[in-house]
Amino acid sequence: MSRAALTLHDAGNKLRKREFSSVELTEAVFERIAGTESKIRAYLTLARDAALEQARQADERLKQGRARSPLLGVPLAVKDNFLTRGLRTTCASKMLANFIPPYDATTVRMLRATGAVITGKTNLDEFAMGSSAENSAFFPTRNPWNLERIPGGSSGGSAAAVAADQCIAALGTDTGGSIRQPAACCGIVGLKPTYGRVSRFGIIAFASSMDQVGPLTKDVQDSALFLEVIAGHDPADSTSVDRPVPLYSEALTGDVKGVRLGIPKEYFVRGMQPEVELAVRTAIRALEKNGAVIEEISLPHTEYAVAVYYIVATAEASSNLARYDGMRYGHSVHAKDLTDTYMISRQEGFGAEVKRRIMLGTYALSAGYYDAYYLKAQRVRTLIKQDFDEAFKHCDVIVTPTAPTTAFKLAAKIQDPLQMYLSDIYTISINLAGLPALSLPCGFDQAGMPIGMQIVGKHFDEATILRVGHAYEQATEWSKRKPDL
Amino acid sequence: MNMNYESVIGLEVHAQLLTESKIFCGCATKFGQTPNQNTCPVCAGFPGVLPVLNKKVVDFAIKAGLATRCEIARTSLFARKNYFYPDLPKGYQISQYELPICTGGYIEFEVNDSRKLVRLTRIHMEEDAGKNIHDAHDDSSLIDLNRAGVPLLEIVSEPDMRSREEAGAYLRTLRQILQYLSICDGNMEQGSFRCDANVSIRPAGSQRLGTKIEIKNLNSFKAVEKALEYEIERQIEALSEGGTIIQETRLWDENREETRSMRSKESAHDYRYFPDPDLLPLVIDDDWIAEIRASLPELPAGRKARFISDYNLSAYDAELLTGRRDVADYFESAVKAHANPKALSNWIVGDLFRVLKERRLDEPLYIAEWPIAAQHLAEMVRLIDQGTISGKIGKTVFEALLDSGRSPQQIVQEQGLEQVSDAASIESAVDKILTANTKQVEQYKSGSEKVFGFFVGQIMKATQGKANPQKVNEILREKLKAHT
Repeated sequence: MSRAALTLHDAGNKLRKREFSSVELTEAVFERIAGTESKIRAYLTLARDAALEQARQADERLKQGRARSPLLGVPLAVKDNFLTRGLRTTCASKMLANFIPPYDATTVRMLRATGAVITGKTNLDEFAMGSSAENSAFFPTRNPWNLERIPGGSSGGSAAAVAADQCIAALGTDTGGSIRQPAACCGIVGLKPTYGRVSRFGIIAFASSMDQVGPLTKDVQDSALFLEVIAGHDPADSTSVDRPVPLYSEALTGDVKGVRLGIPKEYFVRGMQPEVELAVRTAIRALEKNGAVIEEISLPHTEYAVAVYYIVATAEASSNLARYDGMRYGHSVHAKDLTDTYMISRQEGFGAEVKRRIMLGTYALSAGYYDAYYLKAQRVRTLIKQDFDEAFKHCDVIVTPTAPTTAFKLAAKIQDPLQMYLSDIYTISINLAGLPALSLPCGFDQAGMPIGMQIVGKHFDEATILRVGHAYEQATEWSKRKPDL
Repeated sequence: MNMNYESVIGLEVHAQLLTESKIFCGCATKFGQTPNQNTCPVCAGFPGVLPVLNKKVVDFAIKAGLATRCEIARTSLFARKNYFYPDLPKGYQISQYELPICTGGYIEFEVNDSRKLVRLTRIHMEEDAGKNIHDAHDDSSLIDLNRAGVPLLEIVSEPDMRSREEAGAYLRTLRQILQYLSICDGNMEQGSFRCDANVSIRPAGSQRLGTKIEIKNLNSFKAVEKALEYEIERQIEALSEGGTIIQETRLWDENREETRSMRSKESAHDYRYFPDPDLLPLVIDDDWIAEIRASLPELPAGRKARFISDYNLSAYDAELLTGRRDVADYFESAVKAHANPKALSNWIVGDLFRVLKERRLDEPLYIAEWPIAAQHLAEMVRLIDQGTISGKIGKTVFEALLDSGRSPQQIVQEQGLEQVSDAASIESAVDKILTANTKQVEQYKSGSEKVFGFFVGQIMKATQGKANPQKVNEILREKLKAHT
């Protein structure tokens, strides 16, 4: 087995034991990329030279024995909506096709400080808007389990890169499911932390009240180790929360005795793929067998979540994307006057889905419509949050499918935005409520595509969802399966 | 003005705050730097950046709110005001919309000898935009973002003013309060104190408001008053001729002294305000407010009243002395050194103000270096009061004190300016003058009282102004009596 196939905790251990060097590991990863990237196309930008230099520096630190960080010397991929100083950051948009950031996102800075190796920038749906990575302005990414299928989105490149062993783990962002849904599609583990747990500074904003940074990894332990590094208060992000970061990896006891699993009845009645329902129900029974307690719960406002999300997220996006005006950076067309400069720069710079969302959001905030759309959506959002508060009185975590289907074929839904939006039906409410949630593999369908299970926790209780996910993972083998590339 | 109409005026003021750094990033607010020198990814609106509120701005807003008797909101919100303009890097301005930090205060002042009270609708915090520079290149404009993100307070009045004089007095009073609080330098020409005016007219006695016109580009107090005068006249004329007023924004043209239509209500921006998700609701507790309240200086109105009662000054002098906080402080420290408030007041509003004006020392918010220390001025007045020097010699000492860094005593000693009061020296001087001017003595004898002044002048000249004028009078009168 290639070293590139190692988990983060295995790779980290071996690096610290000096079984191999970071340079050797990084070279193995780039070898794997060279052998698979023409099929997968997970990366928008590769940073091989810089990565090898970082690996050399990591090896110096490893030699000195000052190797405490689990990420020291480990090659990681970064979604291309994180600003990386001096390394092109496109957000998969023509608008930023040549944008070289002047600063690092806080999380990127943390990765660099801890000695991680950054392999490159991964593909995504343009401005993180989409569920298939097909909205990339450059090219679609393929699912390593089946090259005819989508890897999920928007963190499709990061998920595919992890699944294809083109990195040891990856950073992603999740606004409505953008870490969890691609993780489910690609058979890996994706964690969206509590809103405010990880700094948003330096990620290209889509919907500010929901965007959150999280890891995509090969197993749950990796997720815990990764989160320990990136979690914490950032004075540069006013919405990041100042509270201690627990050692998540120490919460992974394998014990779920007495943990109450809430099963929302509203999540199992829709027209979901039968194999998905079966796999998730089987997983719940496995947890029950290990001592967890099943509680049926209700989240009565679930049916409004998609509508609320597409008003709030697009409203925020319409404002967040106003800065791409062709004035200071990014795609710019020197037209006959100011209005034309704005219009043509944005017309050419943004893709169809981004424009659709800017228009939806602008409309929702317009005079005369604000109350009917944005304000009402915010009120329903409060009701959705209250649903979870109420539910968590009766359970410790909530277990659901991550997505209603496994990864679909490329182009299957790209012409039908509504069908595409429904891919996130189980993940969206979690962002509206700001809760932490984990997606991990819980089986495969008959076509051999991975199925994801979502475990949702209370605010700032990442430790419990990681513990439950880890216990399930220990009892099964799904996470260990690799696609045949 | 046509007596059948009454004008209704409300003012919106944007006051640039004197914080060291910008409202949402650490960049300096310093004026007059190289274009785009004071910028960073945050205030230049780069991808991925987030705002962090400068606590000083909140302190200043609370100060302004308390000084104008506002209610301070325990929870207030920041909102995004969305519009496209090249000097607005994010495509939205972070401002406050619903739930501003201050509501419902008032400002009181005197105009035409009567008290006037103008209510405040709100005071809120927001960031300034940058500047577009249009005439530097032929085919393109340039953008300077140094000002982008500089903190502003927007202070909105109710439509409580009825004349341009009231509007002018309101603005001056508001500016004086902000200057006293040391939160704004109040410079209208440089744009750190900006005003938009809303004005409508209605038949006198009517309670209904007329259609309002907003006037922009008012860069001085004079412009505000002139523009209001012009606009009120224009509206009265229009209505008198049976026309109507259309709600619109008009621009004041300083050169042509007229207002011009800028945009109508129909083409007004839809700013799509919504709460900024990047900033948490601002929560202000009682302790914070108490701390700011304790730090408030005595405000101009109260200080003026105190000067009148404590120092027995005229309302006019008290007004002049309390016009600026630093002048009032100067006066009080001088009075502390020598308790003759009336004389000190005269020296300050007379001679000192003239010097300040000549040297343009009164242009900045604070007088950085006084040409005469308050202690020295007080010492000089003491010398006059003790009879050591005459009031007239005082003028000489005052000029000599300017920038000398020496004390009045030193100057009096070095230049031999002590007043001569001993009878023998004065008598000999008087004798000399009388002997030399027998013709005038004759005139005096024949009843011409006015030559008395001539003798005094000659004696003062002969003693280089140092003779005690009272003694000169006494001795001269005696000697002349002896001649008759």
